[in-house]
Amino acid sequence: MTLAVRARRALGTHWYAWAMVAPVVLVIGVIIGYPLVRGGYLSLTDANEANVERSIGMNHIPATYHFVGLDNYRAVLTDSVFWDRLGWTVAWTVACVCVTFLIGLTLATMLNRTLRGRTFYRLALILPWAIPAFISVFTWRMLYNEKNGILNKLLAGGGIDAVPWLNDPTWAKLSVIAVNVWLGVPFMLVALLGGLQSIPGELYEAAEMDGAGPWQRFRNITVPGLRAVSGTVILLSTIWTFNMFPVIYLLTRGGPGDATEILVTYAYRLSFVDSPRDFSGSAAWGVLILALLSVVAIVYRRALRKQGEVW
Amino acid sequence: MTVARRRNERHWLASAGLHTALALAAVIAVFPPLWLLITSFKPRNDAFSTSLVSHFTLANYTHVVADTEFLTWFKNSVIIVGLTTVLGVFIAATTGYAVSRFRFPGMRPLMWLLLITQMFPVAVLIVPLYNLLASLGLLNQPAGLVITYLTIAVPFCAWMMKGFFDTIPVEIDEAGRVDGLNPFGTFWRLVLPLARPGLAVTGFYTFVTAWAEVAYASAFMTGEENLTLAGGLQTFVNQYTNDWGSMTAAAVIIAVPAALVFAFAQRHLVSGLTAGTTKG
Repeated sequence: MTLAVRARRALGTHWYAWAMVAPVVLVIGVIIGYPLVRGGYLSLTDANEANVERSIGMNHIPATYHFVGLDNYRAVLTDSVFWDRLGWTVAWTVACVCVTFLIGLTLATMLNRTLRGRTFYRLALILPWAIPAFISVFTWRMLYNEKNGILNKLLAGGGIDAVPWLNDPTWAKLSVIAVNVWLGVPFMLVALLGGLQSIPGELYEAAEMDGAGPWQRFRNITVPGLRAVSGTVILLSTIWTFNMFPVIYLLTRGGPGDATEILVTYAYRLSFVDSPRDFSGSAAWGVLILALLSVVAIVYRRALRKQGEVW
Repeated sequence: MTVARRRNERHWLASAGLHTALALAAVIAVFPPLWLLITSFKPRNDAFSTSLVSHFTLANYTHVVADTEFLTWFKNSVIIVGLTTVLGVFIAATTGYAVSRFRFPGMRPLMWLLLITQMFPVAVLIVPLYNLLASLGLLNQPAGLVITYLTIAVPFCAWMMKGFFDTIPVEIDEAGRVDGLNPFGTFWRLVLPLARPGLAVTGFYTFVTAWAEVAYASAFMTGEENLTLAGGLQTFVNQYTNDWGSMTAAAVIIAVPAALVFAFAQRHLVSGLTAGTTKG
């Protein structure tokens, strides 16, 4: 069978499937593929604000940056800044995902019972999700305000000294984690509640007949029943948290100093905030972030597949 | 005890504990938005007062609507988000259907692509994307933001829709095929109507994502009259001005449509997300 015939046959069999996915592939290809390749290329050059292509008034200045190979990566990886930021980013991601998951699971288990006012609780707990994140973040900034914020005024009412929520490195770290957990719990709650509701009630009844206590029922029915849902939501929320730009950027701008700066916000700072703008360095950071996350996703998927989940 | 306690009869102490914990969590969840709402009705200079009501006023709202470009930003956002939602739901549905029903070459790479797209840091893409949109003449154009948002929302939505379609029996498709519908007809007339809850969830997700996006919106849209709400809101409180009064009023007006869409979609939210995530 010649290649052309085979190609035509494949097209005949699969053309509708391909037609249906074409828009996505096209949009992703142009809007992500091109910038990604371009970003990858920039990371191998010494491009910065002073030597990229630009127009000043009527004058068009061509680009004068050069290919420098892996110099940027060498510079980034030998610099302690990268490893410091990486350490905090990992701590931030692990803390946020664990706390969010545990709170989400606890609340979901509580809501998955016959309970008066269940609808009310459910709506109230999902509310943070209904409000655009940047608005919530601005609101938290108002609550955290050191001199006038409601949190410190409440503390003062109890005779406790004002807490520098966003102005002390350690407090700032705790504060940004708290806000991110606040934002993330509703998603976990909804996903896990759905997972809980898909576990047949008969299983619990049967276990109870056999004399299993609450903890045993949780351990042997709930946990395995939630495995699929948890697998997906933990992976997604790890990726989202790792790249959680708005919370850090709008709350602290990475400060005080660079205490709360995660990898993404630092990369953004390199190309948009610091002067001169360092496009190549920022691109190298971005590529490294992407590489890290890809490794996480691959390892994670492998682990899930071992448990029999395939796609 | 002669009668064994039934499972759904809890000890009153356990009940009280349950309600206390849930009420506490509910208060923490509701307090910040509620405080925002309360503050928006205070005079500008009292924005940080702790009292619940201090001189109830609508001045912040009238100021925001009448004296700023707020309505223009609102209009920009509605256009951009509306287009994104309609297109995004449609594209996600077709993609989800294709990967749910057909085994075709390129399917596994596509699934990976959809997953990996979630990981792209804004920071790597934003500079090259800015240049790309500039050369296509799409900076400061709604279309530029719409396609950018599609790339953020569609991958996740396509995954959710795949999960949904997986729960709809294949026999329905086969019946359609027997009755002489082509794959598109089957999808459009038979399967899509059954997936309405899924569409509601994806629509909601796309809407919220686009409505709340900050980084691209502030980089690609410049000039007062082109800003979206996310960009506009930042003009009230930044290093130069500290107009918390206007900020809170604007924030409330921005949050209301999102909350309405949410109220509409929340009924399907639990079933929708589960379908999407369990089959992930």
